[in-house]
Amino acid sequence: MNMDPELLEIRRHLSQYPPFDALSDAHLDAIVEQLEVAYHRAGSQILAAGSPITALHYIRSGAVEIYRRSGDLYDRLGEGGTFGHYGLLRGRRIHYPAVALEDTLLYLIPAELFDQLCEEDNDFADFMELGRSRPENVTAAGERSGHLMTTRVRRLVTRPPLIAEAPETARSVAARLADEPLAAVLVVEAQGDDPRYTYADSSGALWQVRGILTDADFRHRIVAQGRSVDTPVGDIVSDPLIAVQSDETVQEALLAMLRHNVHHLAIVHRRRPMGLIRMEDVVRFETQSSLYLIDSIFSQDTVAGLASLLPEIRASAVRMIRNGADSRTIGTALSAIGRSVARRLLEIAETELGPPPVPYAFMAMGSMARDEQTLVTDQDNALVLDNAFDPVRHDAYFLALAERVSDGLDTCGYAHCKGGIMATNAQWRQPLAVWERYFRSWIEAPTPERLLHSNIFFDLDNVHGEERLVETLQDLVATEAGRSKAFLAAMARNALNRTPPIGFFRDFVMEKDGRHNNSINVKRRGTAPLTDLIRIHALACGSRAQNSFERLNDIAETQLLGPGVPEKLRFALETLSLTRLEHQALDIEQERAPDNNIEPENVPDKERTELKEAFRALSHAQKFLRFRYPMPTVRGTRSGRE
Amino acid sequence: MRRADRNGAWPAWMREQAGRTADPALAGFYAAFNLTPSQAISDTPLVALDLETSGLDPRRNAILSIGILPFTLDRIRLADRRYWLLRPPAGFSGHSVAYHHITHAEIEQAPDFATVLPELLEALAGRLPVVHYHPIEREFLARAVRQRLGEDWRFPLIDTMVLESQQVRHGLKSRMRALLGRPPASIRLADSRARYGLPAYEGHQAVLDALATAELLQAQIQHHHSRSSGIGELWL
Repeated sequence: MNMDPELLEIRRHLSQYPPFDALSDAHLDAIVEQLEVAYHRAGSQILAAGSPITALHYIRSGAVEIYRRSGDLYDRLGEGGTFGHYGLLRGRRIHYPAVALEDTLLYLIPAELFDQLCEEDNDFADFMELGRSRPENVTAAGERSGHLMTTRVRRLVTRPPLIAEAPETARSVAARLADEPLAAVLVVEAQGDDPRYTYADSSGALWQVRGILTDADFRHRIVAQGRSVDTPVGDIVSDPLIAVQSDETVQEALLAMLRHNVHHLAIVHRRRPMGLIRMEDVVRFETQSSLYLIDSIFSQDTVAGLASLLPEIRASAVRMIRNGADSRTIGTALSAIGRSVARRLLEIAETELGPPPVPYAFMAMGSMARDEQTLVTDQDNALVLDNAFDPVRHDAYFLALAERVSDGLDTCGYAHCKGGIMATNAQWRQPLAVWERYFRSWIEAPTPERLLHSNIFFDLDNVHGEERLVETLQDLVATEAGRSKAFLAAMARNALNRTPPIGFFRDFVMEKDGRHNNSINVKRRGTAPLTDLIRIHALACGSRAQNSFERLNDIAETQLLGPGVPEKLRFALETLSLTRLEHQALDIEQERAPDNNIEPENVPDKERTELKEAFRALSHAQKFLRFRYPMPTVRGTRSGRE
Repeated sequence: MRRADRNGAWPAWMREQAGRTADPALAGFYAAFNLTPSQAISDTPLVALDLETSGLDPRRNAILSIGILPFTLDRIRLADRRYWLLRPPAGFSGHSVAYHHITHAEIEQAPDFATVLPELLEALAGRLPVVHYHPIEREFLARAVRQRLGEDWRFPLIDTMVLESQQVRHGLKSRMRALLGRPPASIRLADSRARYGLPAYEGHQAVLDALATAELLQAQIQHHHSRSSGIGELWL
């Protein structure tokens, strides 16, 4: 039967949102035919706890808040969101009450049809059971899990920014700031020479944005320094402007704040400033208390104080995992926390040891650099020193600095690196020129030991200090590693040493180390070989990204892998990472020390299937890697340049 | 007769018509009317009704299609919708009107109003019709019935446009607008819906407009009236 034209409108809307976007035409038609419509005014109760539930609820327009029985907010859903499935699946009673946040138009899918859909469409059933789509569809899952990742930051902008011209006095700006809820002002000047910060106002006049001045700046830079209140604000504003584009996600804005350790951010459309947002705005937006942790980290003055935050850090991570956040959100949050702890330790050490004799950068390697930390993590770090470094005069300072930070991290739950990849090791506490030599030698003459180093050090990111020192090394890796076919081939062979636990009959092969019988180390057999593999392809296509998902985006833009392969790898990485995180969360909830081992018999059937699919995808990808970078023949004739 | 009195007189008038009409289908429609002015809108079976016509003048233009959608204050069931495409009588303008979703061939094959009238009457029986801008529905239907049966056809109905005008055109805000020389707020269907956060539907098919009208009534009652409001206060 052809769909009546009057209902196409409704069908089109449903078909844009998961899980309906993946339904067959016949199922979609059946839904539209049986749909019921109901309107709810803002503030009215849609579902009351304990009442019977007769339909799946779909938000056609408006917004709905879902509460726990305790009265805590559980979720906030917008257009295309679905709710009520939990009650439909469990006893046909409402578990989570729902209230219309805005005037809301609902489409109701009757319970009998819901049952039929769950019966006939596995993806639909998965989506309803898990509260998210299968991880294969990572973007759709992301859209549902954290609105932090999908909401554009312009939604947090409530008013145009207060603007002050550079010559205006601090006294005059402070008076205007008194009525400004954001307690911050954007400082501009008429003539500027940096086109990156130049914009035209509505009358066509050109302005250059200098930076943001907050009420704290008035305290620190005027009052505390005893300067005159008639100082022009242009003299006290700090360059450069930290800004994000208005269509970036709230998460990007948050990361920008964490990365630059600022509490205010300018939101720009192209180059025109649209408004200012504060860390508080983001925190209020995202109820996850994990973000408050960053603030508590920076208010600690002792190592013991920092270490006392460990239970809270773990609890917030478990909460994120249980609330269905995706692995990238969790990895990014945990890395941001780890970075903040390291940065705070360095600040504390600098206070005690005095300012550094030459500029330095404290860099992180491995999962922290990739924004992929989990709850089980050790520290990989190093010091890149300015070339003016003189070991005789300066090394005592940097050794003391490294020891304090490394021991501090260990106390805070980031265990000492067993392989000694730490700044306390003199080899990894060197001036930039030495580092450049290291990196070049690893690329030019890869031995097994050097390959190990490449694997670790080629995921690198600055944590504290002079960013340029680390950027120089990142540039070197991006430009030179990909050019050397021999290096990539050596890396590829190395990456094939660890294989996924898929047996001859496509069953799991358990670890045989005696201690972990019947278990699989998801890191060693899954995420680690997968990130190794992604790194090689990323290096081959000259990507500068550190995060594996970003690397996959870069890889997908080239023809390096076949069509659909980057998506498969994304699915595999998301599945393996989430499985790993979920098992760590379980360990913590059951008061065991979290590890990277999972017991397949403890994994529900559905997840087992996905896990196998993920391992299989890794296995295929390894085969391709072997094919692309073949082992040199005995005579070595095929190992030369192509 | 004051408006309230006239509106209160609908049940008696409908009973009277049931005994007077010569047409069995019309008699059945009138006899099925069992609504009282004091009954709550939330307890009343409603039916959204929308006509597509070839123009605005019932003497010269004809009904092209009819869409109806039975509903209540709590639920609108799409499965209950009905739709009739009609062939305009010879001599009526309508063939010249281009409706993007109706082809001439479809119109040629469509039945005359007289053929679908019994089904229409049965679908409306016992329910209170809801329309947006009632002169179209009331006058086009009355004229179409008079032409075929030689009788009048009238019934009480709720007009969401009238309800909307009570809100936006008679309040303090609208008087301020008038004082300031601003045009009155629009009470067209799409504009009215936007005030309640209802989505913009594309296209003007009779059933879609009936759905739009039904949703609008649910919103208006929740915002400005109450579930227990008597239908006698709302019908015309």
